[in-house]
Amino acid sequence: MKYLDEYRDSEAAGKLTAAIAKTVTRPWTIMEVCGGQTHTIVKYGLDRVLPESLELVHGPGCPVCVTSLETIDKAHAIASRPNVIFCSFGDMLRVPGSRGDLLQLKSQGSDVRIVYSPLDAVNLAAANPNRQVVFFAIGFETTAPPNAMAVWQAKRRGLANFSLLVSHVLVPPAMTAILSAPGNRVQGFLGPGHVCTVMGCTEYEPIAKRFQVPVVITGFEPIDMLEGVLRCVQQLEQGKAEVENQYSRAVRQEGNLPAKKLLEEVFEVCDRKWRGVGSIPQSGYRLRPAFRDHDAERIFEVENVNTQESKVCISGQILQGLKKPHQCPAFGKECTPQSPLGATMVSAEGACAAYYAYGRHLAGNGAKPRTREAVLEHA
Amino acid sequence: MRESLETVENLYGSCPVPQSQYDRVLLGHGSGGQLTNDLIRRVFVPAFDNEVLSALEDQATVELAGRHNGMKGPRISFTTDSFVVRPIFFPGGDIGRLAVHGTVNDLAVGGARPLCLSAAFILEEGLPLADLKRIVASMRQACDEAEVTLVCGDTKVVDRGKGDQIFITTSGIGIMPDGLSLSIKFARPGDRVLVSGTMGDHGITIMSVREGIEFETQLESDSASLNTLTQAMLKACPTIRCMRDPTRGGLASVLNELATASDVGVEIDERAIPVRPEVRGACEMLGLDPLYVANEGKLIAVAPPEDADRLLAAMRSHPQGGAAAIIGTIVAQHQGMVILHSAIGGERVVTMLSGEQLPRIC
Repeated sequence: MKYLDEYRDSEAAGKLTAAIAKTVTRPWTIMEVCGGQTHTIVKYGLDRVLPESLELVHGPGCPVCVTSLETIDKAHAIASRPNVIFCSFGDMLRVPGSRGDLLQLKSQGSDVRIVYSPLDAVNLAAANPNRQVVFFAIGFETTAPPNAMAVWQAKRRGLANFSLLVSHVLVPPAMTAILSAPGNRVQGFLGPGHVCTVMGCTEYEPIAKRFQVPVVITGFEPIDMLEGVLRCVQQLEQGKAEVENQYSRAVRQEGNLPAKKLLEEVFEVCDRKWRGVGSIPQSGYRLRPAFRDHDAERIFEVENVNTQESKVCISGQILQGLKKPHQCPAFGKECTPQSPLGATMVSAEGACAAYYAYGRHLAGNGAKPRTREAVLEHA
Repeated sequence: MRESLETVENLYGSCPVPQSQYDRVLLGHGSGGQLTNDLIRRVFVPAFDNEVLSALEDQATVELAGRHNGMKGPRISFTTDSFVVRPIFFPGGDIGRLAVHGTVNDLAVGGARPLCLSAAFILEEGLPLADLKRIVASMRQACDEAEVTLVCGDTKVVDRGKGDQIFITTSGIGIMPDGLSLSIKFARPGDRVLVSGTMGDHGITIMSVREGIEFETQLESDSASLNTLTQAMLKACPTIRCMRDPTRGGLASVLNELATASDVGVEIDERAIPVRPEVRGACEMLGLDPLYVANEGKLIAVAPPEDADRLLAAMRSHPQGGAAAIIGTIVAQHQGMVILHSAIGGERVVTMLSGEQLPRIC
């Protein structure tokens, strides 16, 4: 399939892994920022084809993982109101808050729906004028423009029964927080490709300069990722710290100007709590006062919901690359994909869920699976 | 990840997976994944506590007692399945065809020759009779194609709003050929894993016509009876260890069940798994994995290595097996696990879905 196959080509992958192996002369720790990139690493087993001395640390860019417990509790409180249709992207529904997840709420009779676009939720509001339709607006700069568009349209159409529960987060402040942490181990970044399609590349330049780290804005296919890793280690080996754009087929230097304009009109930057990490200054979006009539936190009076994170779960340190999942006392015990304590165990690409799968894999008899050639030796 | 692999090893021996925290039925309990499995193992199997049910095959094989004309009693294969699908008419089929095919296939993959079916209808008040007639006519046609007879049935009507137009439950009886025994427990290291065609067609067809997802596609459900295919396969290769139809939960769930039941490892090659470009495209857009998407007219088979090529040839020469492929091998290592070798040379564990496959945000 065009635009997919050429980025999943095994020959091209082989060349890139060979080039990476040739370039690397000492250990390096690189963080891939996005959950989508982590997903590609897990799905294609990329970490297994890279040199041993190269460590990929899963970054904070899984929007599901970083949404604070408090926000999920707010969602829970709103969705359990009788007259509410609560809409969300699918994978948020299974993330546990302190009173269970949204799927459980649905089984108890609440009207919780999966939508594929926030504009579908706007249409639901138009079709159900006597009910309150709330869309769970989470995610990074990538999902922010469609959410902004939804609330902008709702306002224009006079749909007073449509509101957003906003918990948007921003990448650059999170990268700054990681690099400023005392135990930071990250030496280079694979930058967030889709975030940069919206925001462009320029806001990463001060970070690269201040912390002397290369940032290679990278796509999401295996070949993209390998090329991103190669460019990043090339910079590291040469002592450079520049912003590079590997994902040039989607990312322009200035980003998507109409989307940025809409974001500016609808949202303003605010402090934001990140799951497990705590509050990061100026790291999120909230609705501007002009859209306060569509602010679900205000309408449903959940602004004061305050939740403590699990004391055992170390997902915050894991999201920052400070600790590995198996260093958590709850890992594989109280916390499993069937009953996750933290969001890194929830989504398949969460670091803890990935470790859980591989841990089981080795628990068998320690044997490594055979090579691909042996799998289909005669096929 | 690499450095930690040794240290996580001992975490699992002493620590069983905890009980699921849910105290109510969730939609995920119907996903065919881990939650469905939990429900079966924790609620149903212990309640009825018998060997045939506990085998957890797609069909039960029971030997009729007594002797007939000096011969041993025949072995009967028996199964049942309920169908709830929205929309009830979809490209390539409808709930009626599905209800016939599903039960016929559960018998067929066990090696049985399907004989007769029952059908129970739960109808929602207000269902247009024209729709019901259309569904019933299509069931009749599906029965004729599969050479089975629908011999008994039942009808109930529920209040408007208490059902989703129509639910159908079919049960089926088939005859097991003498001496034939297939089981998900019979896979042995070295065996090959085959699929009869492209994966995910049915599930993606349904999703694409369901409300809320709009994209144009030429895709049709693969809903079909597999009994002539299974008979052709057994004729060409009587040594087949087992067959299964990867319905809800998809290929990944069936392979995980196989790995667990036979206490073996399964290794599959991503590039060998047939998936239509439209299905791949839709999965990319929706953030789904075709390995977990439902099929209604495909099967997987496990056969000894020396017979696999002959079996593959037999499948490919059948109209329903044209795109059949060998996708992997049974191994002695990593028992209970399915490892996928990715197109670019990496590998990953293909797990059972915990609940429903939820579209990903990123």
